Amino acid sequence: MTDAAIDIRAGAFKPGTSDAEIEAAAAKASQRRRRTVIFWRVAILVAFLGLWEIAARLAWIDPFFYAMPSAIAQRLYEWTTEGTSEGPLWYHLYVTMEESVIGFVTGSVAGIIIGVALGRNRMAADIFSIYIKVINSIPRVVLAPIFIMILGLGLASKVALAFVMVFFVVFHNAFQGVREADRAMIANARILGASNWQLTRSVIVPSAMSWIFASLHVSFGFAIIGAIVGEFVGSRYGIGLLINIAKGSFDAAGMYAAIVIVMVVALGAEYLMTMVEDRLAKWRPQPLHETQ
Amino acid sequence: MAIEKNAPAIELINVSRRFLSPTGKSLTALRDFTMTVQRGEFVAVVGPTGCGKSTTLNLVTGLASPSAGEVRVMGAPVKGIDPRIGFVFQSDALFPWRTVIDNVMAGPLFRGKAKSEAMAAARDWLARVGLSRFEQHYPHQLSGGMRKRVALAQTFINGPEILLMDEPFSALDVQTRVLMHEELLRLWSEAKASVVFVTHDLEEAIALADKVYVLTAGPATVKSVYTIDLPRPRVVADIRYEQSFIDYSRTIWADLKEEVETSYARAAA
Repeated sequence: MTDAAIDIRAGAFKPGTSDAEIEAAAAKASQRRRRTVIFWRVAILVAFLGLWEIAARLAWIDPFFYAMPSAIAQRLYEWTTEGTSEGPLWYHLYVTMEESVIGFVTGSVAGIIIGVALGRNRMAADIFSIYIKVINSIPRVVLAPIFIMILGLGLASKVALAFVMVFFVVFHNAFQGVREADRAMIANARILGASNWQLTRSVIVPSAMSWIFASLHVSFGFAIIGAIVGEFVGSRYGIGLLINIAKGSFDAAGMYAAIVIVMVVALGAEYLMTMVEDRLAKWRPQPLHETQ
Repeated sequence: MAIEKNAPAIELINVSRRFLSPTGKSLTALRDFTMTVQRGEFVAVVGPTGCGKSTTLNLVTGLASPSAGEVRVMGAPVKGIDPRIGFVFQSDALFPWRTVIDNVMAGPLFRGKAKSEAMAAARDWLARVGLSRFEQHYPHQLSGGMRKRVALAQTFINGPEILLMDEPFSALDVQTRVLMHEELLRLWSEAKASVVFVTHDLEEAIALADKVYVLTAGPATVKSVYTIDLPRPRVVADIRYEQSFIDYSRTIWADLKEEVETSYARAAA
């Protein structure tokens, strides 16, 4: 028997069909479904890129502005093999990643700690909530020039921007997660003998974890945005700089190529995050797989 | 010391408890509530839904304090959470991210016991509730009845002298519930704890308890107290067909019914 819920419709099988045959049929059906999903995903991508290419070649859209997939692929190939006009691509990617990762880690750690602390302390939350609202209402990207003015063209200003992008998202979710922690569970822990610190560490934080993880998923993307916007406004290295230079030389293919690189990196990070989460959240019930 | 020793396990003396509603209105949950639970006694509290039954338990734990009156545990006034108290909740209060054994170990670990010691005690208690095979399972992998047994082991491992139960079995199906009653009575007779068992199920109250307190519709106060003189050990599955049980049931229900109707009429109004 599988755990998956399978709807066996009346008349689908002849009377006397064995369990093994039904299971085999179900396995086949689920595989077929998976193949259909993959087929359509690929088909839509191919159609999109194909249409873009054709539209550009037939000059339905101006390739000067919109480039075309083949030109973007060409540019990516050049960048990876010969390097960019500003030096090797890998170095730029490394710089952007370094800024994003440092901003992401510091921002989320700070967000979790402050979110949990304020979530646990109602008085402090009431006092600081107004300031957090005020600061949160600033569109983050306008801070880029300020950070660059204060912290210079190097790493620090980009990390600072990535940090503020990440911090508020994680903070809000950690705070909310703490507030949503089950009251009976908290009462249970206290009666079992948990001190305040034990309660925070072994009940509040674990139960806020699914909220926190939800925010970590989006916030790595935000960290990359922070780093790239920072680079865009002023830097010597990084993907943002490549975009800026491509813009300056009206190199549409270069701009799109940089976007593709960022997309790949962000998807990779998302995949890693899901893996970590699945490992940490093995206590959660598995969703029933729909196999139909 | 001699006086201390003979003091009842729990005393609530003319206790009132008021809440502030979100709109700032004062609501009275308990009014002039008086109850005494002797050591080793099993007391059941029944009353209409939402009358304030659970509030009585929160006062004894120290999670809430009375607006007026006095709450004493083992002869001393309640100050904060008393380590001699165990509590079984209505809802699932297990920690879902911990395995069964880690859930049972939680109490001793919180109280500063060594890990090996806690582990051994948890193994012992899981064996007593018949869940040794499920040590490494997570709560969501267990049935409702099994989760309740984990909750009982989690509570009993601390060796509580007072056991408070807030409609602990109300979410279980009838057959599982009877099994849990048997289990509870067995554990109770071994542990010799004083029990306050809050429920809205009158038959459950009569089958388990030495004394049944009937509460009025909210604000709750004690309407009447019945001593249940059924012999122990009781077989919960069979006891409900005995004549004396039926008599108790009929008498107390007549009393409780008025309050249930009042409460219902108020809710409908």
